[in-house]
Amino acid sequence: MSAKTLYDKLWDAHVVRTEADGTALLYIDRHLVHEVTSPQAFEGLQLAGRPLWRRDAIVAMADHNTPTDPGFTEIADPVSRTQVETLDANARTFSLEYYRIGDARRGIVHVVGPEQGATLPGMTVVCGDSHTSTHGAFGALAFGIGTSEVEHVMATQCLVQKKSKAMLVRVDGEVGPGVTAKDIVLAIIGRIGTAGGTGYAIEFGGSAIRALSMEGRMTVCNMAIEAGARAGMIAVDDTTIEYLRGRAHAPRPEHWEQAVAWWRTLHSDVDATFDALVEIRAESIEPQVTWGTSPEMVVPISGQVPDPAVEADPVRRSGMEKALAYMGLTARLPVTAIALDRIFIGSCTNARIEDLRAAAAVVRGRKVAASVKQALVVPGSGLVKAQAEAEGLDRVFTAAGFEWREPGCSMCLAMNADRLGPGEHCASTSNRNFEGRQGAGGRTHLVSPAMAAAAAIAGHFVDVRGF
Amino acid sequence: MQAFTRHTGLVAPLDRPNVDTDAIIPKQFLKSIKRSGFGPNLFDEWRYLDVGQPGQDCATRPRNPDFVLNQPRYAGASVLLARENFGCGSSREHAVWALDDYGFRAVIAPSFADIFFNNCGKNGVLPIRLDAGVVDRLFAAVATQQGYALTIDLPAQTVTTPAGEVFGFDIDPFRKHCLVGGLDDIGLTLQHADDIRAYEARRREEAPWLFG
Repeated sequence: MSAKTLYDKLWDAHVVRTEADGTALLYIDRHLVHEVTSPQAFEGLQLAGRPLWRRDAIVAMADHNTPTDPGFTEIADPVSRTQVETLDANARTFSLEYYRIGDARRGIVHVVGPEQGATLPGMTVVCGDSHTSTHGAFGALAFGIGTSEVEHVMATQCLVQKKSKAMLVRVDGEVGPGVTAKDIVLAIIGRIGTAGGTGYAIEFGGSAIRALSMEGRMTVCNMAIEAGARAGMIAVDDTTIEYLRGRAHAPRPEHWEQAVAWWRTLHSDVDATFDALVEIRAESIEPQVTWGTSPEMVVPISGQVPDPAVEADPVRRSGMEKALAYMGLTARLPVTAIALDRIFIGSCTNARIEDLRAAAAVVRGRKVAASVKQALVVPGSGLVKAQAEAEGLDRVFTAAGFEWREPGCSMCLAMNADRLGPGEHCASTSNRNFEGRQGAGGRTHLVSPAMAAAAAIAGHFVDVRGF
Repeated sequence: MQAFTRHTGLVAPLDRPNVDTDAIIPKQFLKSIKRSGFGPNLFDEWRYLDVGQPGQDCATRPRNPDFVLNQPRYAGASVLLARENFGCGSSREHAVWALDDYGFRAVIAPSFADIFFNNCGKNGVLPIRLDAGVVDRLFAAVATQQGYALTIDLPAQTVTTPAGEVFGFDIDPFRKHCLVGGLDDIGLTLQHADDIRAYEARRREEAPWLFG
C-alpha cells in the first residue's frame, strides 16, 4: 500500500461512495451549529418534510449575536434576539444538545467543541462557519460550509465533496520568546498569501508546530481558512491525547484504548508525498502585525507599512493603495507608530485560557494608555472565563482598565453591540482585517494576545519582546 | 434551485482582488432568518454613503456615485466580472443569496474562495474561472464598450463575447449536472441512503465512540 498523508487517511475513512468523476459522498461525524447560518437550514429541512438524520452528531449554541455585557439577561436588539430564539426553538424541536444562554459551558462554538471533547481525532467536523478549520488541530478533517450544506448534513449526515490537493507547511526550529502560534500563522499567510492555500488541505508540521499546546495548534488551524485552504490539520501526538483525557465527549473508558490506538495512526506516513511544500524557519518569525485589509498584508513588528510604488503587479498595487487609503496609513510608516483606539482580546482564534494568560502576563501591574478608548477581554467560553477568574486573571485585566466580558464572538465580527467606530484603529486578536469587519469604517490590525496587551498599555504597537 | 443553462447578460466590472463575503453582505444583515431580500444590501458599504441597517428602505439612502453598480451604464447587470480570490472569508451563504437576489446569474473571476464557490452552485449562480489574462481582456473590453454583454452556455461550457470570441471553462460534472437540471442535491444524496446506513453500521463496529 502506498504511503498516505494525514489528509488521505482522514478522507479515506469517511468515503461512503465515490462517483466516476471522483466526487465522493463523505460522512460527517460532528456537526456544530450556531444561530446565524442554521435557521434557513432547519426551515428547509422542515419544508421538505425530511427528518434530521443523526441528532447526536450535533452540538449547538448561540455565539455570533450574543451580548457580552457582564451578567446580561436578554438581547436588546430585536433582530438578534429573534435569531437566537429561533435556535432555541429548533434545539427544542429537534432535541439537540444545546448550550443555551446562561449555561456555564456556552461560548464560541470553536472554543466549546474541543473543550467538551466534541472534536476528536479522526473525525470529520463541519459547521456553517469558515473557522471550523480550527478543529483540524486534533488530527480531524474540519471545514466550514454554507447553509445549504448545513441542511445537507442535517438531512443526510453526508456532504458531496471533491478531494483537495495536499500541502505541507513545515515550521522547523524554535520560536523566540514572545513569538506565539498567532505570529507563526500570520507569517505563513504573509508568505503564501490569502489565496495560497486555495484548492488545498494544509497540514502544519515541523518541530515548532509539534512544540505548540493544543490552544496554539487551534490558533494555527483556525487561520488556515485565511490562507484560502479548505482545511488545516495537525498530526495526533501525546499533546492531543492528553488534552482529550477526561473531557465530557471523550471516549468512555471501555473505548479509550481502542480510540487511542487508532488516533496514533493519524499522521502522515514518513514517505508520503504532498502536492506542495512550504518551509519556514521558526527563528525567522517575529511578532506580526497586519497593516492592511487582508490577512496577507502583514509585516513584522520591526517593519514598516509597505510602499505600493515598489509593487510590480498592477492589480496588487491597486489593492495595496485601496488598503492604505481605507486604513488611513502612509507608506513606510514604522509599525510602532500606529496608534490604537481600541483593543480586542477574544475570538475563536485567541480566546482560550493560554491566550488570556499570555495577555495578562503583559498587563499585570500596568495601566491601559489614556489614549485608548476601550480595551475588551472576551473569553472564548464560560469555562475559559471561570478558569481565568479562578486564576485571578480577570482582576489583572480590570485593574489595568480592561473590560472583562461574557463569552461570545463579540468584536471579531461585530454582530452584537461590540464594534469599532469609523476610522478607529484596533489591535485585535481575531482573524480578519477586512473592511468593515469590526464595524463600518473600522480599521483592524491582527496581532497575538501578548502584542494586543502591550499595545493597550503603550497606546501604539510595540515589540512585546522588549516590553 | 433555479436551473442554469444559457444566459446572456450585461457585465458589471468589480476591479479589486480578494473581495470578501463581509464586503458582499455586511454582518448586520446576517441576522435575518430568511433566504431572500438581501439584494438591496449587496455590497452595502461600497454602494451607499451611510451605514445600512436591517429592515431599512434602501431606495431613500444616499448612494456612492463612484461605485460601479450605481453607474447607470451597469443597471440591470447580471454577470459580475471580478478579480482573484473572489468570495474569500466567511462561509455566509447570504453572500450568494445577495448576488442572486440582486440579479446576478454568474460571476467570472480568475479564482474563487472554496466555500463561496460551493455555495454558488447550491443556488443556481454560476461561478466561472477564466485565466487571469482573459479576465484582464474582459475588464478592458467592458471599460471601452457600453452595454457589453457576455453569453454563457453551461452545457457547452463556454463564454462568448459580443465579437464572437469563445472561451471554454471547466466545471465538475456533478456540479454541472445539478445546475443544468436545477436539481435538489439532498434528494440525490438520499438516493444513496442504504450506502450511508451501511457505512454507519461498519463505523459503529470500528469506532463505537463516534456514536451516541
